[in-house]
Amino acid sequence: MAMKPDQLFEDVVSRDKPGLSTSIRTYFLRHAQVFFYSLGQLWRTPFSMFMTAAVIGIALALPTGMHVLLSNAQQLSGGWDGAAKVSLYLKQKTTEQQAQKLANKIRKREEVAEVEYISSKKGLEEFKQRTGYDTALKALDDNPIPATLVVTPSLSFNDAEQIEALAEQLGKYKQVDLVQLDSEWVQRLFAIMDIVSQGVVILGIMLSIGVLLVVGNTIRLAIQNRRDEIVIVKLIGGTDAFIRRPFLYTGFWYGFFGGLIALILVFLSLFLMSGPVENLAGLYQSQFDLHKMDFRTIITILALSIGLGLGGSWIAVGRHLREIEPR
Amino acid sequence: MIKFLQATKRYPGGHDALLNVNFEMQQGEMAFLTGHSGAGKSTLLKLIALIERTSRGQVIINGENTSKVKSRRIPYFRRNIGIIFQDHQLLFDRTVYDNVALPLIIAGQPPREIARRTRAALDKVGLLNREKSYPITLSGGEQQRVGIARAVVNKPSLLLADEPTGNLDPELSWEIMQVFEQFRQVGVTVMVASHDLDMIQKMGHRILALKAGQLIGDTAQPGQG
Repeated sequence: MAMKPDQLFEDVVSRDKPGLSTSIRTYFLRHAQVFFYSLGQLWRTPFSMFMTAAVIGIALALPTGMHVLLSNAQQLSGGWDGAAKVSLYLKQKTTEQQAQKLANKIRKREEVAEVEYISSKKGLEEFKQRTGYDTALKALDDNPIPATLVVTPSLSFNDAEQIEALAEQLGKYKQVDLVQLDSEWVQRLFAIMDIVSQGVVILGIMLSIGVLLVVGNTIRLAIQNRRDEIVIVKLIGGTDAFIRRPFLYTGFWYGFFGGLIALILVFLSLFLMSGPVENLAGLYQSQFDLHKMDFRTIITILALSIGLGLGGSWIAVGRHLREIEPR
Repeated sequence: MIKFLQATKRYPGGHDALLNVNFEMQQGEMAFLTGHSGAGKSTLLKLIALIERTSRGQVIINGENTSKVKSRRIPYFRRNIGIIFQDHQLLFDRTVYDNVALPLIIAGQPPREIARRTRAALDKVGLLNREKSYPITLSGGEQQRVGIARAVVNKPSLLLADEPTGNLDPELSWEIMQVFEQFRQVGVTVMVASHDLDMIQKMGHRILALKAGQLIGDTAQPGQG
């Protein structure tokens, strides 16, 4: 063993400390190195990495996809919300003159923006056009379609309660047979969507907890696999923060790849659904397009997923690192 | 540098691994710790490295009372101590260079400093040409020298070795001891636990003999105690 003059120990007692700016630069450099080192470690076992990331991805894709579909539905129905109308079906005996008179009377009310009179003859024509029951209707002696007044409330009287009150008052005219609020089914739809969106939130929370546990368990196994290494690092002066770091970054990467897989799955599903949705919209003579995820949703999902990865590994590291001490 | 005052370590169950041990070592002194297995050699080293804490009495290292060192500060405390193990405790998935550089990385040294000091330490133990090898490809003696390089790379003022030559033939053991001797000459305090009495005698340094947890012999040289 060749021995050299003591360059190594010339300043044994006064151990030199690096300057502050060097220390800070070294600190960030070290973080960057561990950041990519942990990625490299994961790439060494791509299959098991992919398995874990896929579990996270599928768990997150489910609530994300439902959220996107729901916001599509909300956008679609949002168009009808303002256009609540009140239809007054008049009694069969009502003459056209009486109907016009009533229409004028209603037009004068301050809550009303517009009244459209649809005679029973015109109503029948429209019904024929829309349904194609042409021959069936010819078999009838009388026109079964009543004359109708379609009342559009003015903009300042547009919320649900006011419209209901208006409908009730309009129903008191003696020529009116039946009052129907066009907005009723929209409100029911909204109520249903409220329930569904609550469901999506609950599902999201449960699956997020699932992701937290999956990452936590994966990191726990990683810690156990590296038990010897942790002991050695502790013996030569590694702080808990130093030991924790690669595991936290591993959690980060699981979250990142899981989020990426979730986004890809949602994109794929939306792509596969956009064809059929277009068909359906075509049947309704609508130009509805299935909206894809916007930039904000994408960033939110990635951030959430990374946060869950970090959180899961934090829990695992906090619980298990303390148990490993040199003996 | 090292001061034991009535130091006692009692393990749960009432077994006294060390009982009322008193001794003192100066900076730059070298001492051998002998005794049968179970006599308390490892426990004594563990008290110094704060792997264990005393049950009673005090251990003062470099002027610092170990019982006052908080758990959070133990890593920083250990950075001033180089530890060499019988089973080397190397990381087998990393190269010789990375193993030796680890204490410097932990201490947050800048990269250029790490490269310089790691090479200096490897040069010192004669393994500079093996820096890219993995520990598994090295012989037992070479692995031990990697362990020594790792222990000294951070310039500790205290070097502890627990049976460093336990698995080595006499010639290799003697070489390792010469490395320790060199470190002592530049002011490092060295404590070696060993039961290789022949070699200890040949080295001619202070010998601390332990038996059943008690210090039964101390050949403290004049002018050093």
